[in-house]
Amino acid sequence: MESTIVKAVNYNSYFGANHVVKDVNIEIPKNAAIAVMGPSGCGKTTFLRGINRMHELIPGATAKGQILLNGTDVMEMHPIFVRLKIGMVFQRPNPFPNLSIYDNVIAGYKLNGISLPKSERDRIVEHSLSRVALWGEVKDSLTKKGTFLSGGQQQRLCIARAVAMEPEVLLFDEPTSALDPISTSKVEELFHELKKNYTLIIVTHNMQQAARVSDKTAFFYMGELVEFDDTKNMFTNPKDTRTQNYITGRFS
Amino acid sequence: MSVQVKYRIGKSIAFQGLTILLSVLCVVPLIFILVYIIKAGVTKINWNFLTNLPKPVGETGGGIKNALLGSVEVIALSTIIAVPVGILCGIYLSEYKQSKLAYWTRLSVDILQGVPSIVIGIIAYFWIVKPMGHFSAISGSIALAIMMLPIVVRSTEETLLLLPDSLREAGYALGMPFHRVVLKVIIPCGFSGILSGVMLSVARITGETAPLLFTAFGNPYLSFDIGQPMQTLPLIIFNYATSPYNDWHDLAWGASCILLLWVLLLNILTKVISAKWKVQL
Repeated sequence: MESTIVKAVNYNSYFGANHVVKDVNIEIPKNAAIAVMGPSGCGKTTFLRGINRMHELIPGATAKGQILLNGTDVMEMHPIFVRLKIGMVFQRPNPFPNLSIYDNVIAGYKLNGISLPKSERDRIVEHSLSRVALWGEVKDSLTKKGTFLSGGQQQRLCIARAVAMEPEVLLFDEPTSALDPISTSKVEELFHELKKNYTLIIVTHNMQQAARVSDKTAFFYMGELVEFDDTKNMFTNPKDTRTQNYITGRFS
Repeated sequence: MSVQVKYRIGKSIAFQGLTILLSVLCVVPLIFILVYIIKAGVTKINWNFLTNLPKPVGETGGGIKNALLGSVEVIALSTIIAVPVGILCGIYLSEYKQSKLAYWTRLSVDILQGVPSIVIGIIAYFWIVKPMGHFSAISGSIALAIMMLPIVVRSTEETLLLLPDSLREAGYALGMPFHRVVLKVIIPCGFSGILSGVMLSVARITGETAPLLFTAFGNPYLSFDIGQPMQTLPLIIFNYATSPYNDWHDLAWGASCILLLWVLLLNILTKVISAKWKVQL
């Protein structure tokens, strides 16, 4: 039995009076890739942003229930600490446009005012960029701006930036929806590598992607967690008719 | 082509022509002002003009050294007062755009921008000059700082609003606290916009005369004491241009020319800086 790293208990979130995520209970195992899929507006992204307390940054957003990280309620931890433990990659690549590629990778240290010796910084940059298979492509242009890279490279740079902080969990909010197919496949390949060291929670509205990259899949519909199961089971033998309808394309 | 189509094309061309004509018309006043003042003033400008103090009536020569240095000092002081307040206020307005306080702040800043400069001068007179008992450079600087404030606030706010939210989120997602997101991400990315706002506000207040009339007041001698009256370019122009002496008129023309060139230079510099330092998003 694998150990649980993130656990949601009766988790609800709201935008004003709009009830977006409804009573979600889920136990996410360590060192696995979890896909969260569902049609647009089903609350999957909102749920994801609740895990590292990014949800509360939006004016009018509130939440009820618990998200536990290694058994501790994230609402009782300082948000800064939560976000250091749980990294996040967004839908659109968002490298810091004022920083070089090198500085983007260590932005989590540099911009937080954590000073490291040069050798340690070099090590983190090389290690993180290698993790996302970007080192070979950018090692000669580390001083160029992060925005100089192509969209797919920028997204991998953003993953490297999150990886550099050595978080326990990495959240991905539709990480490939702004990328071309080749960049998408490169990012997907990374997931197989990254899940050895981190727990990945990947929101996607692309079922094929969920099937390709994940060990377990959660299906959200209308703010509810309909089904959470091994990906193979989910796609071959869905238990809920709504899941069945979704994966057979009867609604989207 | 049918007649109707031709007619419509003709209308389109006429409209286009009209917009071009009127655009050119907008440039005409500036060109006239530039040509006229440079023609009248540039011959008066020489080294002595810049480095001498004004001479009493009857003596030839004399310069505007005191007004030049006075203007620099008064404006530097106003900048020091207005810029930190203005930038921080602009940051607040852009980061908490929906708060009640932001709404009222924005409203009052807009109204402040519409307050006539002479009224600001009178207020500074009653609040600072009267309690102090005499005119002073610092009261002029405060009056000008009040004029600068709305420009700096709004330009900072508008610059920062243009930055995508994804940038802030990138910072927060790395565990950065609010002040670091603002200082290390938001301000560096909006720096060129903020700086051009500051420079344009400096250009804007350099020529302000009314707020200085009953505050800095003017001073025929060289003074660096912020507690004492101080000469500035707009004041020397105002005083000398309304005098009956030809020598003094010449000084006023020269000073006008300097003022104009300064504003022109600041505007061009702003364009260059904002193009060069702009962070490509």
